[in-house]
Order: sequence, then C-alpha cells, then structure tokens
Amino acid sequence: MTRYLPPFILLVLALLPLGLRDPYILNALITGGIFAIGAISLNLLLGFTGQLSLGHIAFFGIGAYASALTALGFDVGLPFGVRIVHEGAHPFFGFLAAIIVSGICGYVVGRLSFRVRGAYFVIVTICFAEVVRLVALNWIELTQGPLALTSIPFMKLGLPGVGELTLRTKIQNYYLMLGVAALAYLVVARLVHSRFGRAMRGLKENEQLAVSVGVNATKTLTVAATISAALAGAAGSLYAHYFRIIDPDVFLFTYTVTMVIMVVSGGKGTLAGPVIGGVIFGTLPVALRPYMAPEAQWIVYGAVLILILFLMPRGIAPFLDDLFKGRLKRAKTPSSVVAKPQLEGQS
Amino acid sequence: MGVAPEEARTVKALYADPRLDVLNHPHPSPLPTRGGEFPTRSIPSLKAALVDQFLQHLVNAMVLGGAYALLGIGLTLIFGIMNVVNFTHGALYTFGAYAMYIASVSLGLNFFLALPVAIVAGLALGALIEILLLRPLRGADIDTTMLVMIGAGIILQSSTLWTFGGVAKAIPNPFPDAPIAFLGVSISWIRLFVLVAAAALIVGAYAMINGTRLGRAMRATFQDADTAALMGVNVKVIYTATFALGSSLAAAAGALLGPVYVVFPQMGDLAAVKAFAIVILGGLGSIAGATIGGFVLALAEEFGAGYISSGYRDAMGFLIIIAVLLAKPTGLFARAERVG
Repeated sequence: MTRYLPPFILLVLALLPLGLRDPYILNALITGGIFAIGAISLNLLLGFTGQLSLGHIAFFGIGAYASALTALGFDVGLPFGVRIVHEGAHPFFGFLAAIIVSGICGYVVGRLSFRVRGAYFVIVTICFAEVVRLVALNWIELTQGPLALTSIPFMKLGLPGVGELTLRTKIQNYYLMLGVAALAYLVVARLVHSRFGRAMRGLKENEQLAVSVGVNATKTLTVAATISAALAGAAGSLYAHYFRIIDPDVFLFTYTVTMVIMVVSGGKGTLAGPVIGGVIFGTLPVALRPYMAPEAQWIVYGAVLILILFLMPRGIAPFLDDLFKGRLKRAKTPSSVVAKPQLEGQS
Repeated sequence: MGVAPEEARTVKALYADPRLDVLNHPHPSPLPTRGGEFPTRSIPSLKAALVDQFLQHLVNAMVLGGAYALLGIGLTLIFGIMNVVNFTHGALYTFGAYAMYIASVSLGLNFFLALPVAIVAGLALGALIEILLLRPLRGADIDTTMLVMIGAGIILQSSTLWTFGGVAKAIPNPFPDAPIAFLGVSISWIRLFVLVAAAALIVGAYAMINGTRLGRAMRATFQDADTAALMGVNVKVIYTATFALGSSLAAAAGALLGPVYVVFPQMGDLAAVKAFAIVILGGLGSIAGATIGGFVLALAEEFGAGYISSGYRDAMGFLIIIAVLLAKPTGLFARAERVG
C-alpha cells in the first residue's frame, strides 16, 4: 500500500489543476510547491542527518540569482582588472547553472560549518544566509541590488530538432514545478535508501557510534549538504523564472522558516513529511485569505507550528503512519520525557 | 550629527526601508554641517581628520556596543542556564521599543518613567513565554525548543505589525537636540544617555547575578541543574526568572535604542542575528564574553563601515562570527563547550 501511495499522490496533484480555474489558487499552489521542493531538500539535512540548518534559503536564493543571471547575461568587473562578460543564455542552462552553483556553495559551506554542531551550527548557517543577502544587496553591478533583477525570461524546455516550449502560463509552470518536485523526491528517496542514507541516519542517531563503525562524519554531512543545496538551487531557479523578478528579499529569514515549518510539521526524516507540510503550509495562506489579514495569517502560522510541535512532536506523517497501522499509543508529548527536577518544593 | 535628530527621524520614518535599516543607521558624520555651518576648526590636516574620525567612530561604537552588550547578555544568560536558543529575543527587543512608545507617547508618561515600565513589560512577557511554552517543553530536544521559539517569535512580530502597522514610529526624547562637541567628537545627549543607562543595566545585571541569592541559585543551575535541584534550588523558578531577566535586558536594549532611531516591527530581525553574533563571539553561556562581544561587534561594524565599506557594515559581524567559529569554535571567552 505504501509503495503505491507516492505515485497516487503525484497523480492527484497532476489532475488537480484540471478542476481549478482560479489563477490565484494556482499561483499559490505553484509558489507553495516551489517552497515544498526547498523543504524536500532541507529535509535531507534537517530530517535525515539531524542538522538544523537555518540558512537554507541562501542556496535557494543563490540558485535563483545564478539562474536569472545565466539567462539574462551580466557584465561585471572583478578585482585585478578582470572583467567577466556573459551574454544571455538559454534559460535551461540557467536551471543547470543554479544546480551547479548552489551545489558548490553547499559544498563549501558544508566543509566549513560542519566543524561545529548544535546551536553553533544553526547560528553559522543563519549568518551565512545574512551575508549572502547583504552581498546580493550591495553587489549592484551584478545583482542590481535592491532594484531587483527584472524581465527574467520564461523557462523554456525543448529538444533539439523537435521544437521548444516556452512556459508562459500558470498551468505549464505548475507541471514544471510538479516534475521537478517529483525528481527531487526521487533523488532524496534513492539517497536515503542507499548505503549513504544509512550513514546519514547513523550520524543522526549517534554520531560517536557511527564514526566508530567507520562512517566519515564530515564527508557524509558535506555530501548531504551539497545535494541538499543543489536541490534548493533548482527550486530557486523555478522561482526566478516563474516570478521573473528577484530581489535580495528572496534571502529573508522568513522563507527559511517557511521551509522549516513545512519539514517539521510534515515530519522530519520522513519522505512524505515535506510534501504533506508543503501542501498544508502552501495552501494555508489561500485558505485563510478570505478571513484574515496577512499579519494575522502569520500569527496563525506561528500558532500552528507551536501546536504541531506540542501535539505531534514528530510531525504529521509519522502520526498518520501510526494511526493507519493502529499503533497509535498515547502520543508522546514532550512533557512525558521531562526528567522532573528531584526534591522539588524543598526550597 | 549630520542632521538635527528630530529632522533625521522624520526623514528616516518616511524613507527608511525598515528591513534594511535595523539597529544601526547612518552613523553620524564626523563633519557637522548643520545649518551649512562648518566646524569651527579651520580646515584640518588629513591626519587630524583621521584622528577625529577615529575618535568619533570610537564614541559611536561605545554607544552601540552598550546596547549590543545588553542584547547579548540576555541571550547568553538564557542559553547558558536553560540551553535554549531564544529566537524570541529579536521580538522582545522590538517589544521593548514598542512598550517604550506606548508608555511615553500613547500614555504620555515621562521619558524616564517610561523606560522602567518598558523593561518591566519585557520581564513580564518573558516570564509568560517561559511558563506557557518552555516549561512544558523542558527535556525536549534543542531543535524542538528552537522551533517553538521561532513560532513564538513569528507570533510576537506579526502581532506588533498587526497592531501598529508597518510605518516606523519615532519616540521623542526630552534631551536637547544640539549634540555635545568635545575634542572634535560630537555625541547627542540621547546617545550619551543610552550609553550611561546601558552601562548601569549591565552593572546591575552583574550585581544581580554575582551578589544576590537568586543570582547564586542561577549560577548553581548554570553549573549543574540536577545538583542545584538536590541542594534545594527550585529550578523551575530559576528558569522562569532567567528567561524573564534575559527578556527584560532585550526589551531594555529596544527601549533605549528606540528613541535613538525609529521603531518598526521588523527592527528585531537583524538585532536578533547580531545578538547571536555577539554570543558566539563571546562563547555561548559566557556573560563577560557577551559584554565584550557586544563592544567588539560594535567596534568592528563602526570601523568597518567607516574605513572599508558602509554597505557591508552588517556583514562585518557575520564575517567575524564565521571567522571565530572556524578558528576557535568555542568563542573567545568560553567555558569548555562541545566542539565537533
């Protein structure tokens, strides 16, 4: 049954736009879907290796900029009189460039930041995202800074000799998003079920033990970070060519939080988690739109995040799994794991 | 100061992009041009100008550093004692600034009365957050706590945005507008007040932690919560007190810097990240480290902005953190902490 679930859900998602005519909802689905791809990539790091990276949006944004700049072309001066001039290229090369550049950045950041763990790692990743945002804001020659990169071309897909399709409409972009999401899901699924995936989970469960049986911690984590960053870059590329305008705000911490919420609410460390979380938190703004102001929506976002963590600390997917398999014991609330301070009340 | 503070505030309120403009704003120009009037000294030699600028940057950094240190001490206290990375810290900073605004503008309280009101409001909110969210989560893993704190931070920030709107607000202060000029350095009265008040609060926090019974219980919990509990310390109360104290310091920083700059709902975002920077610099859990870290970050920003590039001013702090973590991951003044 579980084997056929992912294709079934993919089918449902593929048929969804046929019954939808409201462009706003379709837009929300595409945006939500693009962030869900980001969430799938984040899950590789957060869920399977247990490293809470709060700078994930940096790779998404780097992908968006790399893709847009490859497609638009740029002319930028570097120190020592070096000048790089690049003519605009086919947007599909932008997509590839996004994956490669983000992947390289992921590798470098991974190599550097996996020297620390826990709260330190979290803060390094946040700092990295902030630095990248400030670079995007200040390197005006390359990124136009706050003026934003505009008129980014639509994504084009095509085969030589067959013809080319420019993805202009929302429906086309929806299917592009869905295709990339399915690919990202497959990549993560294959990876997790490989020997490498077992190494990752070993590190998450008990790093010292995993290292003692021969897992190379830094290498494993760095590879996970590289793949994760490359997938996030792909999502960023979709974002750039769908909205056709990007500014340094794409690096805002809020977007990282959105992805983290998707992963954690859906169930970190499960394949279905980010998809479930992505569907819920991608569509929640649309569902809430008639009833409340955007600020109030964010309040609901925050409240839902807290509630999910309190009620289903492992996320929705494991919860549902338990529910279907009838294994649902009393959900383990955080308070039950608390070691009560001894000898209380004596003070 | 370049422009009269009052005028500067209005201009900023109109044009500032709140997201870009957090905590530090145009650092005062070393050459006062107020009313088209040049400084009394005749055209200074380049060397003299550099020295003046140097002193000016130093003074600015001290003012900023005081507020940074308050932010950092609050955060490091909470991390050190509770092992909680407090993502509501920025929101509490914003909350302090808005509490100051409500107390002094909406309620019309005296400026010097509004400040303690804002600090106590931060204390109360901190205690509330601890009791509602952190107490039930004690023993949960650090990621869960962090995410719950992120959720709480989002709720707080959005509530501020919802209640007050996105337009930046100014808090008037009772000090004269004209800056004090001394040795070619100019500092406005309000900034001087911020420096003095921040120093007083830092000393107060030290005295509380090192001199009182509550402070001793906090330090005991910091060293070993279980043993402290065995010795009769009510650890629950200590946790609440710690979080409330840390929150009130963040609120104090907001209430002090609010009148210097402008108040807007996103002001806490960059402040929070800087607080992390400070705490990393000083070593997580080290109060002395956070104090020094606050001043080091302010100096780096001020001199980086003055002599290298003002656009990357906010990046200085982050680059420092990255460098510190790569070179000495426990921070500059840390107690022994795990390192990978």
